[in-house]
Amino acid sequence: MVMETKIATDKLRVSFGKVTVLKDVTIKVHRNTITGFMGPSGSGKSTLISVINRMIDFENNVRIEGDADIDGKSILDGSINPIELRRRVGTVFAVPIPLPRSIFENIAYGPKLKGITDRTTLHRIAEDCLKKAFLWEEVKDRLSTSALKLSGGQQQRLCLARTLALKPEIILLDEPCSGLDPISTAKIEDALSELKSEYTIILVSNNTKQIARISDFSAFFYLGELIEYNTTDKVFTTPAESKTEDYIQGKFG
Amino acid sequence: MRINPRITNRLVRWGLVAQAYCTVTVLVLIIGIIFFKGFPQVNFAFIFSFPQDMGRHGGIFPAIVGTIQLALLSILLATPLGVGTAIFLTEYTRESTFTKLIRFGVESLAGIPSILYGLFGFIFFVIKLKMGWSLLAGVLTLTIMILPTIIRTSEEAVRAVPRQLRIVSYSLSASKWETIKKVVLPAAMPGILTGIMLSIGRAVGETAAIIFTMGSSLRLPLSLMESGRTMAVHFYILAREGISMEKAYGTAVVLVLSILFVNIIAYYIMNKAIARYS
Repeated sequence: MVMETKIATDKLRVSFGKVTVLKDVTIKVHRNTITGFMGPSGSGKSTLISVINRMIDFENNVRIEGDADIDGKSILDGSINPIELRRRVGTVFAVPIPLPRSIFENIAYGPKLKGITDRTTLHRIAEDCLKKAFLWEEVKDRLSTSALKLSGGQQQRLCLARTLALKPEIILLDEPCSGLDPISTAKIEDALSELKSEYTIILVSNNTKQIARISDFSAFFYLGELIEYNTTDKVFTTPAESKTEDYIQGKFG
Repeated sequence: MRINPRITNRLVRWGLVAQAYCTVTVLVLIIGIIFFKGFPQVNFAFIFSFPQDMGRHGGIFPAIVGTIQLALLSILLATPLGVGTAIFLTEYTRESTFTKLIRFGVESLAGIPSILYGLFGFIFFVIKLKMGWSLLAGVLTLTIMILPTIIRTSEEAVRAVPRQLRIVSYSLSASKWETIKKVVLPAAMPGILTGIMLSIGRAVGETAAIIFTMGSSLRLPLSLMESGRTMAVHFYILAREGISMEKAYGTAVVLVLSILFVNIIAYYIMNKAIARYS
């Protein structure tokens, strides 16, 4: 099948002060797939996604060279409004951080910023997103209770639902299951596998088994370089690089 | 020689308990004496009638109104200024010589005795700007006086809001101002309210700075340009000039009760805010 490119970087190089954390990374992420980014900590995978959602803007002392684009249009261009970009590129962070308010208000946060104020519309969005994040059944009777009262796994699914409420094209997940139990992890994985038909998903994970389970493409980063990038099958069965093989087999990381 | 830790433990424990009881005893004594001496004076007429014969007879209605006007107006002026400054310092600047200078200025202002604020208000507002002894001069002076407290408490409260909450808000496509408005300020609200409450306490209890700027007229101030007196000033004059100790204590009771009332309302608002944003 022919794969359409959704996100592409061209010799992307990111430095914090004198330290270069991303070294000339060129990668094409395909539409409606789950792409797994793996690599030991410090490999630059999180930095790469913070370029794609422009959250890197909040770091000090950053220098970015090369280019990154979505649908063939540069997102590093001065004409790009990062706020609008973040409506197209949703992010789920490693630690679930619900806003200190109700479950409903958490999901309504993004849509309200877009100017949607109608309660029925907001409730429809909430129901729809909570269903997609496999959380609806557990919280449908208590949408107005505090999101902080949910368990860690539920909070992370709420964060996913909250991101979906932005109606993004791309979802970035930065080690979303690192603090979760296996059952919660399975629920997130199920949700992601269903969601990829509508979204382009990048999953950063230290858990190679998780990447192998649900991603279509896998990229292996090491010390800021993209070492290997191919279909998940290829990467996990016949890796081209010995570093990749060592990492997958757990020899370092 | 080494003392048995169990004995030290017991000694420390008793010491701390004694200290706590000391504090509470002092508080109870003060409130007790004030109520014992002043409560018989307090009735409907005392609160709602005008003083007669310099305050020897009658009530303290104008002083109550004057206190409310002064406290309310200075809080209304100082809160936006103070919270604005705090947000500017925490959200819109990097740590620099400039911000350190502002912070140092604020700290210094907080340590100045109130009589100096009174003197400044007298020279600048009353004389130079020709406001005369007036509610306006009092409000402006008091605003300057409570500003440092509001700035400091608000800044601490805003700074204590976790960075992650802001990051999440940005990631959900909020702008900086939307993030401050919808996430940072609600989360900092209890801290900011604490600062406002402290300031109300200061405004209501202040005498020196008020006498110099608002004067001590016993009439009801009906405009910003009229003089008036607050309960604290009234109390001070009644006691200082030996006019009526009974009425002075009566005024003190009303003062204490109104501070209590303000605190109860503030806690109520705070709890509502906490319930909504948690």
